[in-house]
Amino acid sequence: MHTIWVITKRELQSFFDSLIAYIMLILFLGFSGFFTWLYGSDIFLVGQASLEGFFGIAFWTLFFFIPALTMRLLAEEKKTGTIEMLLTKAVTDRQVVMGKFLSTFLLIAVALVFTLPYPITVANIGNLDIGQVVCGYIGLLLLSGAYVSIGLYASSITNNQIVAFLTALFIGLFLQLIFDVLAGNFTGLIGQILNTISLSNHFESISRGVMDTRDLIYFFSIIFAGLFLSELSLTKRNLE
Amino acid sequence: MAFSRPFFFKEKNYFCIHKIILLISSLDDSYSFSKFKDKQNSSMDIQIENLSKRYGPQKAVDQLSFQVKTGEILGFLGPNGAGKSTTMKMITGYIGIGGGEVRIGDKSVQEHGDELRKHIGYLPENNPLYLDMPVIDYLRFCADLQGVQKEKIEERIRLMVRMCGLNTEKHKKIGELSKGFRQRVGLAQAMIHDPEILILDEPTTGLDPNQIVEIRKLIRELGKEKTVILSTHILPEVEATCDRILIINKGKIVANGTAESLRKQATGQEILKLRIEDGTTDQILHELRRISSVDMVELMDRNLNRFELQSRTGASSKREVFKLCVQKGWILTELIPIETRLEDIFRNLTTN
Repeated sequence: MHTIWVITKRELQSFFDSLIAYIMLILFLGFSGFFTWLYGSDIFLVGQASLEGFFGIAFWTLFFFIPALTMRLLAEEKKTGTIEMLLTKAVTDRQVVMGKFLSTFLLIAVALVFTLPYPITVANIGNLDIGQVVCGYIGLLLLSGAYVSIGLYASSITNNQIVAFLTALFIGLFLQLIFDVLAGNFTGLIGQILNTISLSNHFESISRGVMDTRDLIYFFSIIFAGLFLSELSLTKRNLE
Repeated sequence: MAFSRPFFFKEKNYFCIHKIILLISSLDDSYSFSKFKDKQNSSMDIQIENLSKRYGPQKAVDQLSFQVKTGEILGFLGPNGAGKSTTMKMITGYIGIGGGEVRIGDKSVQEHGDELRKHIGYLPENNPLYLDMPVIDYLRFCADLQGVQKEKIEERIRLMVRMCGLNTEKHKKIGELSKGFRQRVGLAQAMIHDPEILILDEPTTGLDPNQIVEIRKLIRELGKEKTVILSTHILPEVEATCDRILIINKGKIVANGTAESLRKQATGQEILKLRIEDGTTDQILHELRRISSVDMVELMDRNLNRFELQSRTGASSKREVFKLCVQKGWILTELIPIETRLEDIFRNLTTN
């Protein structure tokens, strides 16, 4: 556990040293703030004390931002060769993967903490459904976890950061949009399967305030699969 | 005192608990220390048996077998692409073992890799480093990862900074350093946890001559109690630092021994350069050829009476030549035994 935390700390430091973290925080808060309060179907237009608009915006901003954060995690280390230095220390592949996952996840958690003034403000101007807000935040965290682990996997299969970014977006796009759209075109079993594997469906049901074990299982299995595959593609160097 | 703090926060009790924790941790220390001692006693020899590795159809390492004992420095020589780095990567457990076995202190690297890596310090080829980190932070990160005890980390960092001459650069980012200083950081991170085994892939590249001498001295010093494998292209370096030389070519061992024994193998016959004064050239030539241990004498320079003399295999003619000169009243002004240079041995073994 100590080793994982050492790696996480280094990654977080590297995020903040290279300004990536600041840019990400400012952009994320800027985007979500702009669309929640000022533009489009913002809170004042809707006229209800509800953060559904914010969760909808964050859903898409995170979808784009997370691959940009995760793309360098392993791809850069592979390119510069530092992965050899890292993996010949007293760490296992799993600890490296966990450490890197945790660092990005924590950074996004920090970004979400900075949006807490939104619900606090809204709660002051109207009757806010606290349960729904809590569920919404949990949904965003789960969604972030899923995309971070997908991004980490994309970063582990290449040493080119752009390829890692696009791969993560590509996989994400299916979960985010395509499965959902296709599900509308099919009926019966296929439609049901597509509905089950569409991430947006599960996110919606959580952010409505319904905590269903099926949704939790869905997110955790994506996180687990991403981490497992990342570790596998690191370990693959032993089998060649 | 109805609202007093819980008992374990009271100063006295807290002190007690603190003491117990100290006691436990000291127990733990002594335990791990004794374990460490055991490991030292059982020694960290490296044994390699029939090690093989393929990259596609190409055999990078082919049935390599050798061992390195504690307190020995092994020089790993070979032309580019001979399989030096691949072998080192397999020993450190970075890449999987294709065939055969690597054992460190009677433990297989394949089975106990995670545990063994604590005892290995490795400087990879090209010395990859996190360029965005300051030197001190980087060394602290490495020490942390290698499980150096918290109290000892600062002390180890100070020692490494002093040993590798990093004092003026320690707060700079690694990316701002010159190649030589980066190499020193690479060496420092390999030695930070005081490992029993050091594996250094071309440790002196990019260093200035003064630093090379210092690093060689350091490696020799360390080699007295540790197991060291170092690879290099610089042949005098091997002679200066290593107890034993291993030359590999196309994944196979072509020579294994001390510099001395390699020379003997390569030369076979002793060659002497002579200059003898106060005698006629032809007479000297005639008398030299009559010595029983002499195989061949060649006249190199008639005016200066220079000869090149080759002895029969396994025999030496130095004493006979001297005796002959004394007997005849000649003056022997030059007697130079020709050493086969390591470069020649290397070229001979690796170009065929």
